[in-house]
Amino acid sequence: MKILVCISNVPDTTSKITFTNDNTAFNTAGVQFIINPYDEIALSKAVELAEGGKGTVTVINVGDASTDATIRKALAIGADSAVRINSVPRDAWFVANQIAAYAKDKAFDLILTGRESIDYNGAQVAAIIGELLHIPSVSIAKKVEVASDMVTVEREIEGGKEVLTAKLPLVIGTAEGVAEPKIPNMRGIMSARSKPLDVVEPFSVELLAHIVNYETPAPRGTVKLVDATEVEKLVSLLHDEAKVI
Amino acid sequence: MSILVYVENTDGKFKKSAFEVVSYAKSIADNIQTDVVAISIGNVAEDELAALGKYGASKVLNVNQEQLASFVNQAYASIIAEAVKSTGSKLLVLSNSFSGKGLAPRIAAKLEAGLADGVLELPHITDDKLTVKKTAFSNKAFATLELTSDIKVIALSPNAYEIKETGGNAAVETFTPNIDQLDFSTMVKEIVRATDKVSLPEAEIVVSAGRGLKGPENWGMIEELADVLGAATACSKPVSDAGWRPHSEHVGQTGIVVSPNLYIAIGISGAIQHLAGVSSSKTIVVINKDPEAPFFKVADYGIVGDVFDIVPKLTQALKAYKGI
Ligand SMILES: Cc1cc2nc3c(=O)[nH]c(=O)nc-3n(C[C@H](O)[C@H](O)[C@H](O)COP(=O)(O)OP(=O)(O)OC[C@H]3O[C@@H](n4cnc5c(N)ncnc54)[C@H](O)[C@@H]3O)c2cc1C
Repeated sequence: MKILVCISNVPDTTSKITFTNDNTAFNTAGVQFIINPYDEIALSKAVELAEGGKGTVTVINVGDASTDATIRKALAIGADSAVRINSVPRDAWFVANQIAAYAKDKAFDLILTGRESIDYNGAQVAAIIGELLHIPSVSIAKKVEVASDMVTVEREIEGGKEVLTAKLPLVIGTAEGVAEPKIPNMRGIMSARSKPLDVVEPFSVELLAHIVNYETPAPRGTVKLVDATEVEKLVSLLHDEAKVI
Repeated sequence: MSILVYVENTDGKFKKSAFEVVSYAKSIADNIQTDVVAISIGNVAEDELAALGKYGASKVLNVNQEQLASFVNQAYASIIAEAVKSTGSKLLVLSNSFSGKGLAPRIAAKLEAGLADGVLELPHITDDKLTVKKTAFSNKAFATLELTSDIKVIALSPNAYEIKETGGNAAVETFTPNIDQLDFSTMVKEIVRATDKVSLPEAEIVVSAGRGLKGPENWGMIEELADVLGAATACSKPVSDAGWRPHSEHVGQTGIVVSPNLYIAIGISGAIQHLAGVSSSKTIVVINKDPEAPFFKVADYGIVGDVFDIVPKLTQALKAYKGI
């Protein structure tokens, strides 16, 4: 089985998010970049599926040379090879177009992405790749099982779950629960250095949307403390003041 | 040039999000002087369809075919895209629900339309320009996005827009799409619903608990409190990682994002990743024995104390208030 895993390079989850240039650009100063946590789940699942010679795992990232460290980490986790489309990722539409164009003639059986990236949270890439390649896509998968060319996926729905089956090829956006994130071991880290990392030039994609500016949430007021011996008071505050019950 | 909205149903009954997207589209339509056409896919009764008129739809396109009884991402996307074209709509609105997240990007890609997901407010529209505010960085920030394509798609966050009854009647019309059998390459085998539970992303009140609860055996008191409030239950990541609660309850940066009217955090420290997913809640209540817990910094109300002491008392007090 040939598996392609799409990884994005995102600010570490503990990052304080600030902006520069009159709130038009994300401030990367002092920010550590990591593999998007959901993509790590996708990658871990792919490595699990390919284990024991059952397949190969290629990771793909749309990014400039600064993302190479993230790509090497993915190789250390267990991917066999990597591809970097040499461009700053403009938006999900651009990224998905680059990945679909790369994947088009390579007969991947399974394309995995994280369910969304933790920077733009679009949950768009999996579905757009599916559409561009005319193959099915499942977003927000909680469980993935592959038996020959049939895949069973559990998908989250409001107030429950849906179990569906699909034939390969298929694109899946994976969420927590699909696999335990794998931690690279020493052998993985050593071998990552010698694994192939191809750099491919991007093609131009029409712009459909762009970000005008950013803002951060207004600070919340200070907390009103209620004494532990007077919980009834909390009930009246929620009723009379906050008007939420 | 009406606005098209896709309305979701569960077993023939419209979801809360359906009324949200129709109300939202109606407000836009009033601003730009057009009307709202809804499209429903699945077996929804005629009177339920017509009732969308109350929220501002003037027409409902009804697609009710056996093959489409359960959700098929690809087929639904094709049908909605076809409806956008046949109604000549320049704006499609749908919910940023679990299904919406699978659909919206496929439809947008088919139509080469710009997509704004996780939208929180009404857009600003002047001439051909549309800008709209959406979440970014897992709710740690917002971005204003400008859609520059001819057709535009907005996926509205659940709970972000108030349902408004404006009166009126909707005409129901059968819509017969061109169905491509290749669109049916996924098949739903089973749907498992926790029928007695309030759905977390749509809930108006959420009772959430963390590692301070010590173990899964102590969740009874959380469920009881949620029951009294008609709330959904949620948890922090370590709780679902440890298997005390299902992953579907995990909220935060790498879990579900919620924005209820009331979020009650019990025995949760308030790590930055947890706050990311809950900070847009309108009112936050925190119960924690550690007065230095970071959660108190974003809370509206707080009680410093032991959860095993406070939660049962709070449930009692709420029962007394509700007369149960
Ligand atoms: C990549 C990444 C992604 C993450 N994503 C998320 C996410 O999406 N959501 C999330 O929640 N976390 C996430 N985390 C984890 C996060 O950093 C915290 O570890 C987690 O939120 C802590 O959960 P907690 O507050 O339940 O547990 P703890 O940090 O252990 O806190 C427990 C709290 O309970 C209080 N307490 C203990 N006993 C009692 C008692 N008897 N009465 C009252 N109070 C008591 C303590 O004072 C403490 O404040 C992520 C971490 C990483 C690295």
